[in-house]
Amino acid sequence: MHITVEFGGGAELLFDNKKSHDVTLPEKDKEWIIKDLLIWIKDNLLKERPELFLQDESVRPGILVLINDADWELMDTVNYVIQENDRILFISTLHGG
Amino acid sequence: MPPCSAQCGKNAILKRPKTGDTLCKECFFEAFENEIHFTITRAKLFKPGSKVAIAASGGKDSTVLAYVMKLLNEKYDYKLDLVLLSIDEGITGYRDDSLDTVKQNRDDYGMPLKIMSYKDLYGWTMDEIVAEIGRKNNCTFCGVFRRQALDRGAALLNVDYLATGHNADDIAETVLMNILRGDLARLSRCTSIITDSGDGIPRVKPLKYTYEKEIVMYAYFRKLVYFSTECVFAPNAYRGHARVLLKDLEKIDPAVIMNIIQSGESLKINENANMPTLQKCTRCGYVSSQDVCKACE
Repeated sequence: MHITVEFGGGAELLFDNKKSHDVTLPEKDKEWIIKDLLIWIKDNLLKERPELFLQDESVRPGILVLINDADWELMDTVNYVIQENDRILFISTLHGG
Repeated sequence: MPPCSAQCGKNAILKRPKTGDTLCKECFFEAFENEIHFTITRAKLFKPGSKVAIAASGGKDSTVLAYVMKLLNEKYDYKLDLVLLSIDEGITGYRDDSLDTVKQNRDDYGMPLKIMSYKDLYGWTMDEIVAEIGRKNNCTFCGVFRRQALDRGAALLNVDYLATGHNADDIAETVLMNILRGDLARLSRCTSIITDSGDGIPRVKPLKYTYEKEIVMYAYFRKLVYFSTECVFAPNAYRGHARVLLKDLEKIDPAVIMNIIQSGESLKINENANMPTLQKCTRCGYVSSQDVCKACE
């Protein structure tokens, strides 16, 4: 399944400063939900300091998540079922002012 | 996808942390801007015809503040003369880049920009100071230097107000920090929407009740360009702890941010409490709560 994963607001610093990633998720028995994607990101994309991105099976508080340009809080957050060609954006609010 | 709570017929794009409302992009813009307008008018923040310096770092808060101030000034005819004021601490790889963002704001919003540098004001850049003394308390005295630099810049520009981008999360964080430190003087001051820095130019916080989440979402959906790199020197560790605590609490219930601000506003300091009085620093003559100010120390 192909999706786009993006990072902004300083979160890209944990990913080699690369903001946009074309991702092909491997086939699996069950559907891909955001919780699975976070683990996949940790194992495959994250370059440093996972504690700045993940906390308790979710993103660290202060990181906003948008799925196809809409707040993930409208879509059951970590339990959202990922669809083909989804664009998932993580924006850090934790930097500078 | 839930529909917009304003019943405009469109799909929502965001859940508001303050109210739990789900709003579409256009209704969110309107609610966000109207609330800041309401904050400004209810507190009578600005007298018509006055000149306002916006403290601009190039970060999300000041970028959104400059954009919204310009928009509201035109929409509601505040009759304000808006200028941008930036501080160049002299931190390579951080402030040099963020100042490029401020210059972009200057061009995009058509506002004049004044940059005050530590080098010109104090004879030292932060890079030079840290090379000399090492990494200790850097944020504390850099913060004191920046406050003074902003005051001097505001005086030089002859403005009536200095507006800063402090948001609701920042204020709640500061309330927590002041409670944890037992700093009653700062606790009673830190929630004020207008503060007098001692030299007569009031500082105002139009984003005082605006959640950080909404500021970042607003900047994203309005496609405002801001700078988001952490300062290269050690971050302010104590504020970091307060911030993590607050963000963890916000996850459980976003209302805690407004509740903490409200608690801070409602606190009355016992008149018998031992309060420091503002005096002049014996070395540099600048306002200070102690004999020698934090910067000279």
